[in-house]
Amino acid sequence: MTSLTSLTLAEARDALKARKFSCVEITKAHLAAIDAAQGLNAFVAVTADQALEMARRSDERLAAGEAGPLEGLPLGIKDLYATKGVHTQACSHILDGFKPPYESSVTANLWRDGAVMLGKLNMDEFAMGSSNETSYYGPVASPWLPPNWSEARAKAALAGDKRGLLTPGGSSGGSASAVAAHLCLAATASDTGGSIRQPAAFTGIAGIKPTYGRCSRWGMVAFASSLDQAGPLARNVRDCAIMLRSMAGHDAKDSTCANTPVPDYEAAIGRSVKGLTIGIPREYRLDGMSQEIEALWTRGAEWLKDAGARIVDVSLPNTRHALPAYYIVAPAEASSNLARYDGVRYGLREAGADITELYEHTRARGFGAEVRRRLMIGTYVLSAGYYDAYYVRAQKIRTLIKRDFELAFADGVDAMLTPATPSAAFGIGEKGAEDPVAMYLNDVFTVTVNMAGLPGLVAPAGLSSEGLPLGLQLIGRPFDEETLFTLGEAIEQAAGRRALPKAWWA
Amino acid sequence: MSVDQTAVRRIAHLARIAVSEAEVPHLQGEINAILSFVDELGQVNVDGVEPMTSVIPMKLPMREDVVTDGEIAQLVLANAPLTEDGFFLVPKVVE
Repeated sequence: MTSLTSLTLAEARDALKARKFSCVEITKAHLAAIDAAQGLNAFVAVTADQALEMARRSDERLAAGEAGPLEGLPLGIKDLYATKGVHTQACSHILDGFKPPYESSVTANLWRDGAVMLGKLNMDEFAMGSSNETSYYGPVASPWLPPNWSEARAKAALAGDKRGLLTPGGSSGGSASAVAAHLCLAATASDTGGSIRQPAAFTGIAGIKPTYGRCSRWGMVAFASSLDQAGPLARNVRDCAIMLRSMAGHDAKDSTCANTPVPDYEAAIGRSVKGLTIGIPREYRLDGMSQEIEALWTRGAEWLKDAGARIVDVSLPNTRHALPAYYIVAPAEASSNLARYDGVRYGLREAGADITELYEHTRARGFGAEVRRRLMIGTYVLSAGYYDAYYVRAQKIRTLIKRDFELAFADGVDAMLTPATPSAAFGIGEKGAEDPVAMYLNDVFTVTVNMAGLPGLVAPAGLSSEGLPLGLQLIGRPFDEETLFTLGEAIEQAAGRRALPKAWWA
Repeated sequence: MSVDQTAVRRIAHLARIAVSEAEVPHLQGEINAILSFVDELGQVNVDGVEPMTSVIPMKLPMREDVVTDGEIAQLVLANAPLTEDGFFLVPKVVE
């Protein structure tokens, strides 16, 4: 059965169409893999009965010649997508017991195209985090072994508090871990400041945050509405292209969702890179940047050059303001969005003598430390007397950040190449406990893309000297995800296929 | 800019999050660490720059002004922790 979980999404799709095995068989193989990997803590809810029922119906449709583009393909769904009648809590305690009576538009699109839901994936609470350690359901372990760790030591840590094991990144940590550990063929994720791309880099897989508005946000638990965007995580760039084609598309229920046709992204795979102009933004070369990341970046540029692309130096002078501005805009929007958790309409309720106490007790108990911290920052920067100095100023800086990109694109740059993360994956319990800002620095290369609303793709690009995965990021013009898929696959091919970890956790 | 402990209590109340006295100094430190991280933005020249309102230029779509759903009171109440006779139940708010 192992071989059925090791297929790529494209391979499984083609094999199912050729009736080499059934949808029920491949679904059962994945459910068995999930069962054996409980220690990783990637799934917070497994919907086995529903998955088998969906797979049975997929087999019927395949037999009837009515297969959709994702027919019978078992997927994992990040816990922030509303799934009708199924656990949906954005891994927060404040949504305790919440089961939405409706389905998110993105997941509805996946089911329309025949996909099978295996269950809900762990994540940082309300997607606030870069290591999946803020989840109410506990941290997720990466399937990658820490350098010089034996399998026995890792298994012991898995059974304990997981400290020292590697984080899969965050906030889409469950999605990344599940895809890298072959627990699902691909997964939905979401990205507000890097939550698809950083986990992709940390676990040696591919992910894309599409252009703002490419996917509907309807039915996604909101964090920062002007930055949030849905996207896939998958084991390679082609599989991301297949996923995004189904996830994307116009939706009247989200007024920011673009009404532009969704291209066949998979057709962009294998197109020639010749003649494309790739910008290398010099401001991404940080002081004290690791030699290894710098070398990987240079190598990535050489690969694209060898494939016929033109490499040019570009300047994005406002880059360094992006992360601080993000930590005003995102908490501000979060404080507004999360005002809805009041202990009255859904989720957790803590008693209080009056309505204000009911709110205050419910929210103190229901939100974790990181969420409480960001809500307080957001409340502060929006409060009377500080709104102009913080929030309005940050939104002006956002205009400057976007303008930098527009000028570079107007100069003929087709895409930019940058590192994905400042380092390879770090350990659970290693960062952020004392200083929240140390954790925020993980997003330094990814957050600009959200601030400017652009598409950003991370492709697996190699291993560190310690044998841990590293990724490279490609940033594209608005709605030009196709060029990113072409370039991303070129990088993936040049880097060479590397095996994902074998199942030491089982 | 930085916040004092009175400001921390005020912000917590505005955010409707109960904080104990023991938590206040710790929260103050964390909030000030973040505020000092974003402090450099004060140096950026933003004269004449419009604040961003929409990251992708698009016109807000309009639809027919008609009822598109409704009559689902039971679904609306389905996840509520406390209800009575088809209403959300809260502590007395009007004396």
